[in-house]
Amino acid sequence: MTDTKPKAVRRLGDVVFANLAFFAGVSILATLATVAAFLFAQSVPAFTGPPIDAASEGFFSYVLPFVFGTVYASVIGLAIATPLAVGIALYISHFANRRFAQVLGYAVDLLAAIPSVVYGLWGILVLAPFLSPTFNWLNANLGWIPMFAGQVSATGRTMLTVGIVLAIMVLPIMAALIREIFLQTPRLHEEAALALGATRWEMIKMAVLPFGRPGIISAAMLGLGRALGETMAVAMVLSPAAVVSFAVLTSTNSNTIAANIALQFPEAGGNYTNLLIATGLVLFAITMVVNMIARWVISRRAEFSGAN
Amino acid sequence: MNNILKLGALAAASTLVLAGCAANESVVETPTSAAAGSTETVVELTGTLNGSGASSMAAGQEAWIAAFQIANPGVTVNYDPTGSGTGRAQFMEGATSFTGSDSYWKDEELLEAFPSCEVGTMPWEFPIWISPIAVIFNLDGISSLNMEGATVAGIFAGEITMWNDSAIAAANPGVALPELQITAVHRSDESGTSKNFTDYLAKVAENVWTVGAIEAWPVEYGGEGAQGTSGVVSAVTGGNGTIGYADASRAGDLGTVAVKVGTDFVSYSAEAAAAVVDASPLVEGRESYDLATKIDRNTTASGAYPIVLVSYLMGCNDYADDAQAELVRAWASFLVSEEGQNAAAASAGNAPISAGLRAKAQAIIDAIK
Repeated sequence: MTDTKPKAVRRLGDVVFANLAFFAGVSILATLATVAAFLFAQSVPAFTGPPIDAASEGFFSYVLPFVFGTVYASVIGLAIATPLAVGIALYISHFANRRFAQVLGYAVDLLAAIPSVVYGLWGILVLAPFLSPTFNWLNANLGWIPMFAGQVSATGRTMLTVGIVLAIMVLPIMAALIREIFLQTPRLHEEAALALGATRWEMIKMAVLPFGRPGIISAAMLGLGRALGETMAVAMVLSPAAVVSFAVLTSTNSNTIAANIALQFPEAGGNYTNLLIATGLVLFAITMVVNMIARWVISRRAEFSGAN
Repeated sequence: MNNILKLGALAAASTLVLAGCAANESVVETPTSAAAGSTETVVELTGTLNGSGASSMAAGQEAWIAAFQIANPGVTVNYDPTGSGTGRAQFMEGATSFTGSDSYWKDEELLEAFPSCEVGTMPWEFPIWISPIAVIFNLDGISSLNMEGATVAGIFAGEITMWNDSAIAAANPGVALPELQITAVHRSDESGTSKNFTDYLAKVAENVWTVGAIEAWPVEYGGEGAQGTSGVVSAVTGGNGTIGYADASRAGDLGTVAVKVGTDFVSYSAEAAAAVVDASPLVEGRESYDLATKIDRNTTASGAYPIVLVSYLMGCNDYADDAQAELVRAWASFLVSEEGQNAAAASAGNAPISAGLRAKAQAIIDAIK
């Protein structure tokens, strides 16, 4: 059958480009594979070697508070960032006048360019003292909610502060992504809604949000991925302890995996290093699971979106 | 084509510039500097000296290396702040010629063979780095407080929770202590500073501080964690009613605690920190070239400040490689010299070793073969 077809002309440019694209694609898989292999290989001595003081009660009771802290901090961050990001994106795409929208979009993108160590410093020196009175108020008035209970931190270096810092850090990428998706809402859908007598808010509810839902979810998952792995800002801002704690206003907070590695690695020796790498493997697994869930949600939601 | 030529020219130019930089730093110097050096030293030293170990003295090592390499342009000294345990392990593998360590040789380590040293010979050690640890606090209008060791332990163990506690008030007559919650800040990363500070607490108040000398903070003692010395200092500075511990050089404008030694309350100072090392006994059963010191946290020597971090310099008495012996002799002599100690103190804010300790250390160095 191939004989009957005229032989395709293979030009040099095509060959070179096809190979370049192929290697680019494969390099991602190769990098991922080597990282996973490294984590696996380096984790083994933590389980086979001599017992480690830090994990005297076994690996899982060692890593549990960090897993909890990682997820908790990220969820708080995301809970704050998602509505904000949707609001920013809607404002830029549908409400602000064009010049101002451009300036605002640029300002949001600029937030993404701030290094995390600067966010950490800002968190300690500006945000934490600034939030401290609010924390006292929350504790005094809403202290019956377990989240806001306990002895309020005097410095404000708490889980809630970390959540807010994380929210600000993931905001730019989420807002930018959601904005692009809102801008792609089919004009006809919007005009049809308006023609039926919908107000602007009703139009957004009927046309823009359903169309953008998968985009919002994937933006949130991208943000979550960044929040889960954020290291420096958390290590600097959070006052950690090796406990599982739901309280967000106290000095005793569950640390995150990434921040714990950053804090303990410099002075770690022997197979304590391997133990820390093993917690890194756990983080790797959590991130993979989160991404897989996101993929699944998006693929499931795609058929309901207004794009069809 | 034109662009490519330009690029090529640029690349060539930058290579030249980079090569120029490298030449300035290179080990083998031009004869001019050899001539200049010969006025002071008879033999021009050349070679490379590798060491690793405690990160606590990294700032000091940087200052020492810079000064030593200017005086001896033919020598390159490397110090890798890998941490004390790794540093000693690397020395025992023969990978390095000297080591800096926050703790002295363990008895079992001294039973091993040392490949850098002549077969059957042992390593020496002596304190080279004394760094007072200040107990810092942030209270409006109060710049100094007196505390007994048990009070400090009570605060950091979470038992004393208010600034107007009777234990604090009793030691500070006339000071208006506020009715304010105490927030005790500790290191969230593992560090020799925590270990020495908690060793002090465990020695002076074993009934209050029951977990001994530790690096990882016990959860049951609560308090607030902060990353590194600067993290602790900024947490203490940023809060109200906070207290923490940090290298004294970073205490800045914060209030500091004078701790009870004998019948007096002693504030940290370079002299007081060096004094406690002199007043502490050597570890028993060690050779004359082993100045391992058991810091006496309960010292009653007047003017001694017991919360110090002491790091040791370690090397061979008899190097397998004689060229290394010569380099180490010059290097170690510079480190213990008044000039060397002051250079480190100027850049890192630690406490120079006393003249008495210097003489003992120099005797060990002079015997290096």
